[in-house]
Amino acid sequence: MSFSHKHILGTRHLSPQDITLILDTAESFKEINARAIKKVPTLRGKTVVNLFYEASTRTRTSFEIAEKRLSADAVNIAASSSSVVKGETLEDTAKNIEAMRPDIIVIRHFASGAADYLAKRLDCSIINAGDGAHEHPSQALLDLFTMRQHKGRIAGLTVTIVGDITHSRVARSNLFALHSMGAEVRLAGPGTMIPPGIEKFGCKVFTAMDEALAGADVVMMLRIQLERQGRSLLPSLREYARFYGLNRDKLKLAREDVLVMHPGPMNRGVEIASDVADGERNVILEQVENGVAVRMALLYLVSGPAPENP
Amino acid sequence: MKTVIKKGRVVDPGQGREQILDVLIVDGIVARIAEAIDEADAEIIDARGMVVAPGLIDIHVHLRDPGQEYKEDIVSGTRAAAAGGFTAVACMPNTAPVNDTLAVTEYIRNRALHEGLVRVYPIGAITKGLRGETLTEMGELAAGGCVAFSDDGRWIADGDLMRRALEYVKPFGVPLMTHAEDTTVSAGGVMNEGFVATDLGLKGIPWVAEDAAVFRDVMLAALTGTRLHVCHISTRGSVDILRNAKKAGIGVTGEVTPHHFTLTEEAVRGYDTNAKMSPPLRTEEDLEAIRQGLADGTIDVIATDHAPHHRDEKNVEFNLALNGIVGLETALSLTLALVGKGILTLPQALAKLTSAPARVLSLPGGSLREGSAADIVIFDPQRKWTVDPQLFQSKSRNTPFAGRQLEGVVCRTLVGGRTVFRRL
Repeated sequence: MSFSHKHILGTRHLSPQDITLILDTAESFKEINARAIKKVPTLRGKTVVNLFYEASTRTRTSFEIAEKRLSADAVNIAASSSSVVKGETLEDTAKNIEAMRPDIIVIRHFASGAADYLAKRLDCSIINAGDGAHEHPSQALLDLFTMRQHKGRIAGLTVTIVGDITHSRVARSNLFALHSMGAEVRLAGPGTMIPPGIEKFGCKVFTAMDEALAGADVVMMLRIQLERQGRSLLPSLREYARFYGLNRDKLKLAREDVLVMHPGPMNRGVEIASDVADGERNVILEQVENGVAVRMALLYLVSGPAPENP
Repeated sequence: MKTVIKKGRVVDPGQGREQILDVLIVDGIVARIAEAIDEADAEIIDARGMVVAPGLIDIHVHLRDPGQEYKEDIVSGTRAAAAGGFTAVACMPNTAPVNDTLAVTEYIRNRALHEGLVRVYPIGAITKGLRGETLTEMGELAAGGCVAFSDDGRWIADGDLMRRALEYVKPFGVPLMTHAEDTTVSAGGVMNEGFVATDLGLKGIPWVAEDAAVFRDVMLAALTGTRLHVCHISTRGSVDILRNAKKAGIGVTGEVTPHHFTLTEEAVRGYDTNAKMSPPLRTEEDLEAIRQGLADGTIDVIATDHAPHHRDEKNVEFNLALNGIVGLETALSLTLALVGKGILTLPQALAKLTSAPARVLSLPGGSLREGSAADIVIFDPQRKWTVDPQLFQSKSRNTPFAGRQLEGVVCRTLVGGRTVFRRL
């Protein structure tokens, strides 16, 4: 099977075949991460620029490690949003980087559509590492990878995502990918955090967490922020924890073999109680581990036909 | 100096006229409209197969002059107007400096008089600096040539201030024009709220931001008895509010832009910043209600909200792009498309671009009467063309209609009998 995408801008337009290929490819890379010498020559001679307009530790490090384990030359650029406002446009910055002939640009940006913007203007491959409230495809794909690893399948799973769905690119990318793979997606959160029309994507929307959790195979908790652009969406974190935080009691509503996931960073005691965050059902660190393999797969697949097998 | 426009289909909705006729212009004045006018010494304009109509009037444009001449100025803006068949435009006060003093009003009028290709009517600011705090000297501004007042782009959130503005302006006989948007509801949104915004991860603006503001302003118009004009209606609810207000005898009028009766929020997909405007493009249901409102007369006027922006102001991330599009050079064709779809008759459509805007702002023109200035547009209603922004007369190119095939080509525009635009 061949991969026809030059860019990874989101999961919205990935077919089930695309997603399966990405997960299968990641499977083959995962073993490399357990070796004593964690490096293969797959992307030797390729240059990857990690262009990050938002602070990120986990995602940037994960991409960088993935790039290095594939022998690509990785360059990190941390552009703060303030420097954008007073100076260069995104197009100019990107064109300057492109003039140095990178093969792939991995971009994280505060504006929805930023990855799409670059893909329209540059010749190199673009991987979206999170754009505004739009998409974060590598996160969703590593989540699916982790689910598949534990459950043996995606189709037919009931996945409950709880939190600020409106502002969550993780929720969107997971929704699109899970729906396309045949999972049942439930979204839950306070009314201020459910975006209008989201149910048209074929998910179920809940404002009562208990109902959303009942019989779930996977529960994914999203990081919560009290304010967005200076506007409060919640009266308090305390109240949020009471109604939408995940604790041991609530988790009992889900299936016994439920997986608890979180894209990080966690707010312990807010969206997730420590006994759950550290409990036996959580696969949160496995998500992080799998992230490297999934990102290796994405870097490899957008690079086109490889000179050698991984 | 005599000119005869021969054998065109004269469509003058202001007089209910639609007939193949000749139009004789003498010294810039419409001297006679009749069948077969033969004047030996007259220049002949062959208008066979063409529509001859009163020059179009756009009561909502941004000429960006003074202050933002890199986007547009009075010369380029009136050239774009002429190319679009417009012989008069009313320009919004959000210039730099704001048109809130007589000096700015006079600057605009003088530059337009000496260098403009079409008639330019300034709209003054309701509040100084468009800050929504203190009223401008509307009496002096009206006497100096302002034909209406508006804080365009900024709704006057202070209800008492808006009431005072309506009360104060009433004796001067000019209307207020409201950009109705409760920004505490739109709250930083960048497109219509709904499925598409959710899909794109963009913050939405719900319809209630407009409806609530329209309702308050219409009620204040009822309270004060001052004429109110509602700019660029974009929602189904606004159409209903306006319809009910008119039924109740409240002195309100309304306008819609060609983009709001042509495009929906779907145009934003792909993060096309040329589909970013205020109010935002809405849904199919809103479009339907607006077309109904045009057909039943609830919406009086088609106005472009011609909003030129430099490429650099649109070629950015969607959140950062400025609102608005140019409209003068596509408005007639997009309006004729409504005729093609059977929503309006040709006279109805032209009324919304001629007699109705003249009536709303009490402007001369908008009709072809013997003895009136020969402000005339001659266009071929059938001829197809493809929108190429590079060919615009405007300095700016920000249009979502690039590449679209339209029908209706302006062949000639005359202001006071003088040809200000001609296309073969």
